[in-house]
Amino acid sequence: MPTRTLTPGAGVVDRALVIDPGQRIPGRAAGFPLRREGPAKLTGVAKYTDDLVFPGAWYGITIRSAEARARLIAIEPDPDFDWSKVVIATAADIPGDNVVASIKDDQPVLVPIGGEIRHHAEPVALLAAPDRETLRQLKGRIKLVTEPLPPVFDPEQSDHVFAHYDVRAGDLALGFAGADLIVEGTYRVGHQEQLYIENNAMIAVPGEDGGIVIHGSLQCPYYVHTALKRALRLSSVQARVIQEETGGGFGGKEEYPSMIALHASLLALKARRPVRMIYDRHEDISATTKRHPAIVRHRTGVTKDGVLVAQDIEVVMDGGAYCTLTPVVLSRGVLHAGGPYRCPNVRLRGRATRTNTPPNGAFRGFGAPQTEFAAEMQLNRIAERLQISPAELRRRNVYRLNDTTPTGQVLKESVAGEEVLEQALGASHFERIRERTAREAAERRGAGIVPPGPLRSHDRRTANGIGLALAWHGAGFTGSGEVYLASVASVELTADGRLRVLTANTEMGQGTRTVFPQMVANELGVPVDWVEYAPQDTAVVLDSGPTVASRTVMVVGGLVILAARRLKAEVEARHPAVPFHEAFRDDARANGATRIDQKFEPYPGVEFDDATYTGDAYPAFGWAAAVASVEVDLDTAEVFVRDVIAVDDVGKVIHPVLCEGQVEGGTLQAVGYATIEEMKLRDGKYLNDRLATYLIPTALDAPHIRAILVEAPFSGAPHGAKGVGELPMDVAAPAVVAAIHDATGVWIHELPATPERILAAMHDPGLVGVMERPA
Amino acid sequence: MSAYRFLVNGAPAQVDVPGMRRLLDVLREDLGLTGTKEGCGEGECGACSVLLDGQVVDACLVPVCQVEGRIVRTVEGLSLAARERGALDTLQEAFLDHGAAQCGICTPGMLMAARAYLDAGGGPDDEAIREAIAGNLCRCTGYTKIVDAIAAVASPAE
Repeated sequence: MPTRTLTPGAGVVDRALVIDPGQRIPGRAAGFPLRREGPAKLTGVAKYTDDLVFPGAWYGITIRSAEARARLIAIEPDPDFDWSKVVIATAADIPGDNVVASIKDDQPVLVPIGGEIRHHAEPVALLAAPDRETLRQLKGRIKLVTEPLPPVFDPEQSDHVFAHYDVRAGDLALGFAGADLIVEGTYRVGHQEQLYIENNAMIAVPGEDGGIVIHGSLQCPYYVHTALKRALRLSSVQARVIQEETGGGFGGKEEYPSMIALHASLLALKARRPVRMIYDRHEDISATTKRHPAIVRHRTGVTKDGVLVAQDIEVVMDGGAYCTLTPVVLSRGVLHAGGPYRCPNVRLRGRATRTNTPPNGAFRGFGAPQTEFAAEMQLNRIAERLQISPAELRRRNVYRLNDTTPTGQVLKESVAGEEVLEQALGASHFERIRERTAREAAERRGAGIVPPGPLRSHDRRTANGIGLALAWHGAGFTGSGEVYLASVASVELTADGRLRVLTANTEMGQGTRTVFPQMVANELGVPVDWVEYAPQDTAVVLDSGPTVASRTVMVVGGLVILAARRLKAEVEARHPAVPFHEAFRDDARANGATRIDQKFEPYPGVEFDDATYTGDAYPAFGWAAAVASVEVDLDTAEVFVRDVIAVDDVGKVIHPVLCEGQVEGGTLQAVGYATIEEMKLRDGKYLNDRLATYLIPTALDAPHIRAILVEAPFSGAPHGAKGVGELPMDVAAPAVVAAIHDATGVWIHELPATPERILAAMHDPGLVGVMERPA
Repeated sequence: MSAYRFLVNGAPAQVDVPGMRRLLDVLREDLGLTGTKEGCGEGECGACSVLLDGQVVDACLVPVCQVEGRIVRTVEGLSLAARERGALDTLQEAFLDHGAAQCGICTPGMLMAARAYLDAGGGPDDEAIREAIAGNLCRCTGYTKIVDAIAAVASPAE
């Protein structure tokens, strides 16, 4: 299928059947359904977890460690206080296994007496009381008796490896022997906080059957369900998880909600009443997961024409104190580490280790933003050394159809690296502006006085720069992930003649609740308002897998479309010559409910060998390019990101407004990652664990973002979609840092590119971590 | 404890609470107006923005004793007139149409900041709109569609 590009507002996508007759919808949304829960969100009617009222509910809080590593000897409540009116829960109250079910089951729900505290802010005990004032008084009256143990903070010094990978292709020695130039570089990225504006929130309601109903802010109802069954020894029916309106997730509500749901449940079971466990911002930042910090080392061989001939890349990720999803994050990071470039001789090594810092976990991009930042920086250094334009160097190396990746995957279709690159270059007038910024830099050179070097001009305090980056993002789960998940999604014609979609995939702002009914309505030939979206409640929907990995529209959306097609065929077979939209209500009256459960089947021709880590690492890849324009204050090194052109190939655009929303939002998170978002640690504790000190971009910090959508469809999915959530997160940060170099002449090898780092590099270019030498 | 009286969304309200109780808690817990959200509790995120005598304030930083005799407007009061017609007001409709609300948790506060800007005669200028909503953090949208929606209301398209 051909690749095509959608310019903003062009609306060339196939129109779904969406608009109520007679209803006029002005502007951009014309032809596409409006956000389904939009009116509720806009009027304040939408209920988020903390908005729910449960009569008689108590409030719960978590008592956390104040050390990075220690042995827990005792938990001592203040004997001068009357504890009879409150509830305390410790590890001894856990009826089942003291683990938060995940990949390795190494994380306890609460640290047991005699157990090891492995990070600052680790949960040790729980308290519930009828009111928050009592809890405030109590919090300081529980003493943790501990025996300090030596902590490890440097991931490279840790001897506990959560996961490691070694991917090889070709002959590295031969590749380097044939290189005209070898460039080495070391790149570092720090923690990043997801910073959903709604803090984590869970309410546990004990049931008469000894079970628990969870109402919460979460991405993956069945992850929480699994965790409840394991630690509380509940049956599948006794554990019930209901996702309430969720105020953002970005990966941050993928795995940690299991922990909070267990805490709320332990208190609720003991107090025999509902318990509200609502985090405040300080607790949310100090205790919950972050993006993995990483150190990435590159050694690259190129010909004098800029053709990559050898890439030797080593990735070290800091997993934090527990495994969480680290092996999968590392895997994606390693598989994306070479960037979207053809290279015959490659070695990609990665390891993730344990440190005594709060566990790191899922965050939009899932390992790829870390390693693709490094790959793009490395390519920029090569371009500079070879005096080739960064655009031209990418043009010469970007994957094309039928190229082979380091895992031996042949890119048989849906390859749009060149397309997104050319679109971004064209829309931004990249080469022309780059000539202009180079001219401006030349004018500054010699005129500059402060700081030393070719910097500040006598009449202008700021310098402009433009930067380019290119990325790829594997669509859906890595390797055999989707095969193991074996997701099931359903479309049902109910006995009373209603149509509804049933999946476990959550709405957290990205638009699931809007696009699933849209896709089904389109298949069935009915108005979108006729199709309901069932609640994300484990008592109602089957497990269609987690809402992560940009898989919702691509994988589950594909299942939903296939289910709708089967439903239509079944109903129409019972009513020859009558179209579905006329037949379905009569059919329900005559035959009762018809429900189609569609199970995931492996995409044809997609095979991956987990043992050798070879084959099709992903069914397809999304492709993205970004061009960032910055202005840098040469006195203060403050960076103003003015514009970003973000071009993303998503396979198939289902809903242009929502799709652009993903690109714009992901781009700004990447701009924050590049410039201002930084977690500072001391002795394993986050220092800036509040919104006053951990900064994210405001409307004034945000650049003008122009999203350009490209469609290079994936034939394995019925609609061709490849997902959009994470792709934009991979590409804007390296584009911004390249633009900072264009403006200042210095390379920043560590994210974020703070004024401190930029000033330090401007004053001492020797600080940069790259070596070059002739081969 | 003493009684505090003020107007909320045009209706008189009276609460018997400690004077230092946050307006945010009074709205959400005493008056059941949960449309106003808490994001940080320290005046950084703007999720709890409400209008106090027409000015945008963070309800998490305002003790209820300061609200005595004053006029409070929340997201629930934004479309009171429009809702009688079963619809959203122009600003809410523009947000819906432009895709300016994603997860929705910043949306009530964002709407209130935008309302104050428009009520003060703010125009479609991009920088001015960004300045007006700079105290309201959004993590989903990148702000582009929010600014577009506000600009569309400031200067309705022909």
